[in-house]
Amino acid sequence: MDSFDLLWGGLSAAVTPENLMYAAIGVLLGTFVGVLPGIGPAMAVALLLPVTYGLEATSSFIMFAGIYYGGMYGGSTTSILLNTPGESASVMTALEGNRMAKRGRAAQALATAAVGSFIAGTIGTLLVAFFAPALASVAVDIGAPSYFAIMVLALVMTATVIGASVVRGLVALFVGLTIGLVGLDLNTGQPRLSFGVAQLNDRLDIVVVAVGIFALGEALWVAAHLRRTPLRVIPVGRPWMGRRDLRRSVGPWLRGTAYGFPFGAIPAGGAEIPTFLSYVTEKRLARGKGGEPFGEGAIEGVAGPEAANNASAAGMFVPMLALGIPVTATASVMLAALQGYGITPGPQLMTEQSDLVWTLLASLLIGNLLLLVLNLPLAPMWAKLLRIPRPQLYAGILFFACLGAYATNLDPFDVGLLLAFGLLGLAMRRFGLPVLPLILGVILGPLMETKLREALTISDGDASALVSEPLAVVVYVVIALALLARLLRRRPAAPTHPEETDRRDEELVNR
Amino acid sequence: MVGAARALAAVAAALAVTVSATGCGVTRGDDDRDLAMWIPNSPGGGYDQTGRAAVGVLEGEDITGGSFEVTNILGAGGSVALTRLMGEEGNEHLLMTVGLGVVGSAYSFGLEHGLGDATPVAQLIEDYEGVLVPADSPYETIDDLVDAWKADPGSVVVGGGSSPGGPDHLFPMQLAETVGIDPREVTYVPYDGGGPLTSALLGDKIQVGFSGLGEFEGQIASGDLRVLAVSGDERLRGETVKDVPTLQESGIDLVFTNWRGVLAPPGISEERRDELVALLEEMRASPEWEEQLEKNGWIDRFVTGDDFGDFIDEQDARVASTLEEVGLL
Repeated sequence: MDSFDLLWGGLSAAVTPENLMYAAIGVLLGTFVGVLPGIGPAMAVALLLPVTYGLEATSSFIMFAGIYYGGMYGGSTTSILLNTPGESASVMTALEGNRMAKRGRAAQALATAAVGSFIAGTIGTLLVAFFAPALASVAVDIGAPSYFAIMVLALVMTATVIGASVVRGLVALFVGLTIGLVGLDLNTGQPRLSFGVAQLNDRLDIVVVAVGIFALGEALWVAAHLRRTPLRVIPVGRPWMGRRDLRRSVGPWLRGTAYGFPFGAIPAGGAEIPTFLSYVTEKRLARGKGGEPFGEGAIEGVAGPEAANNASAAGMFVPMLALGIPVTATASVMLAALQGYGITPGPQLMTEQSDLVWTLLASLLIGNLLLLVLNLPLAPMWAKLLRIPRPQLYAGILFFACLGAYATNLDPFDVGLLLAFGLLGLAMRRFGLPVLPLILGVILGPLMETKLREALTISDGDASALVSEPLAVVVYVVIALALLARLLRRRPAAPTHPEETDRRDEELVNR
Repeated sequence: MVGAARALAAVAAALAVTVSATGCGVTRGDDDRDLAMWIPNSPGGGYDQTGRAAVGVLEGEDITGGSFEVTNILGAGGSVALTRLMGEEGNEHLLMTVGLGVVGSAYSFGLEHGLGDATPVAQLIEDYEGVLVPADSPYETIDDLVDAWKADPGSVVVGGGSSPGGPDHLFPMQLAETVGIDPREVTYVPYDGGGPLTSALLGDKIQVGFSGLGEFEGQIASGDLRVLAVSGDERLRGETVKDVPTLQESGIDLVFTNWRGVLAPPGISEERRDELVALLEEMRASPEWEEQLEKNGWIDRFVTGDDFGDFIDEQDARVASTLEEVGLL
């Protein structure tokens, strides 16, 4: 096969000691910035731009690719260990990952994230290598109506994560949707719920909301109970993944990849929706299979979203290399860098600069392998971090979270916002409101609104435009079938005992 | 070995920037030659490119003689950064990159102040916008487009890479007004920058795109996108776009330019402003700046001090009238 030869050529070009070193530097730097909340890979690449002007195009791109993948991976480390997602894409990882960590299974969580990222990244990169042009032409046909349909699907699926009490789940979801409304109305330019505060004129950063609700809320909750509950030391588990962990992870890795890659490839796809879809799918599939259930540290809930996250990161290269279209901030910085070398990004890139493209793809594969090699042995070491006594650990988390919020914009207001969400998180724990639906509301609300309004603006308000794309129709049929199936399968509800309700509330509060 | 040394230098520099980016707030020596540059949008965006290019030249040529720190202050189309600039009254070591988009944002977000309230230092560059259609579009010339648009304004969906009040939004509105279409009838879809706008055009989701052309060079060269007209008073020089007529050549009396420049906080001394102007003048005269203009396809339009202030006031009034026309004010 022609592409094989080209990829092989790329691999042999990339495997020079110098390039391998740049890949290693990139991966390390990327992991570093991924771990720090507030500095994303886009910022890191932008900051590095001037440094790389002295380098060859190939070398600097190898480094950028390393930063990109490294950043995606690094974000999951803090999600798992400290419940502070560094990127919006690793919000879902925090849910089960942090619970695994609390049960002494941090090493396993980190390992399944590392291996899952590797597998998803590798499969994704190979798909880019062999099918990018074909995929790209399909991807541009996917417009707002299809995207909106997928959002509706995601919203229907939130039903599975609403928790034991429907009312509480819905309250949380709607609070989240309301938070998602804050900011400028994109179509009319009117500020909404901004109360005249300039910093509220923009959409709130999901990372700030998630870190506030997850990490700060939890730290405050623990602090409030510190005197009343005995100090429970987090057990130190085995350092490696067992065979059972591996068996439970394989399916989620592959399904996560299948979710993540197409989203990365469609313009403005992002990693939030596929990580969420992967999470709910795994939650549903894991039901009744034994092992830790979701909510108590299920490894499937880490393996799936992490794979989806990295597959989406790989998918981003489809529009970038085949069409020269940047779909993420990192991609646009990388394309700007290309222009710095006098290379015009565009559909010609793969033919005119094929050496560069194939070397880049090869170095993505290498960077991925390096990430695995570096991070797998580190997992047990990171896990030891959790043996720090609780007061100090939570103090560290608070410091880390505030630093991240401040570093993004160097604005004290953001720290205040973070604290406000921390208090909301505390209140939600106190009153037994589940936090996940709220986060989903914040993520899904603005995306859904943007796509719905884009579709309706284009059609001049004609609602039939929502089913004008084949993919949209297919998705609606899937939704209808899923709802129908649930309706038909519904059994009469078992009578609930009062103790059970109590237990459920207890479980909710402890989430 | 050379490669290894270079790589080491790269790592050291990278770590240094990463550490400084975390902004630990370390108090530096009060060297009065130190400066800071604020960028009102994210890395990779237009202001970022211009601001960092200017800082790169100022630093590379050691024109300022001190350190130069660049900070991206995101939010609300630049109005968060502008508000904070107003709060830095009297700070003589701070500059901020601004442009037409920030003028619009100050209105959209209902700020009490505009760019005119800060201290104008210098306009640096100008950038023309273009009218883009996909390859299979029925519109071959700007006249085809205008005819169809006039006949049924609702049938032509236009898109741009900026939110209402931004350049890509103001341009189609002013064009519509110039050719006699009520701007309120224009269907404008805002996209999140050039990437999503390109996909929308390639996927035939919208009929026309209005944007700066830098991000579209590849698509134009390959023939996937076609430029019907450019918005400046003369043609662009780039290889792919030098044959595209201006609006005026096509008989439409409109010149629309996007520009970027540098402001300082309000309330700085006259002497200090002149010093800052002198620094930028020196930068502009350097061959390195020339190179940056060439590389980015920017048009050199250097206006300083009060002249720049007058220009800002004029732009401000024009943006306000367009937004009023569209019903956004």
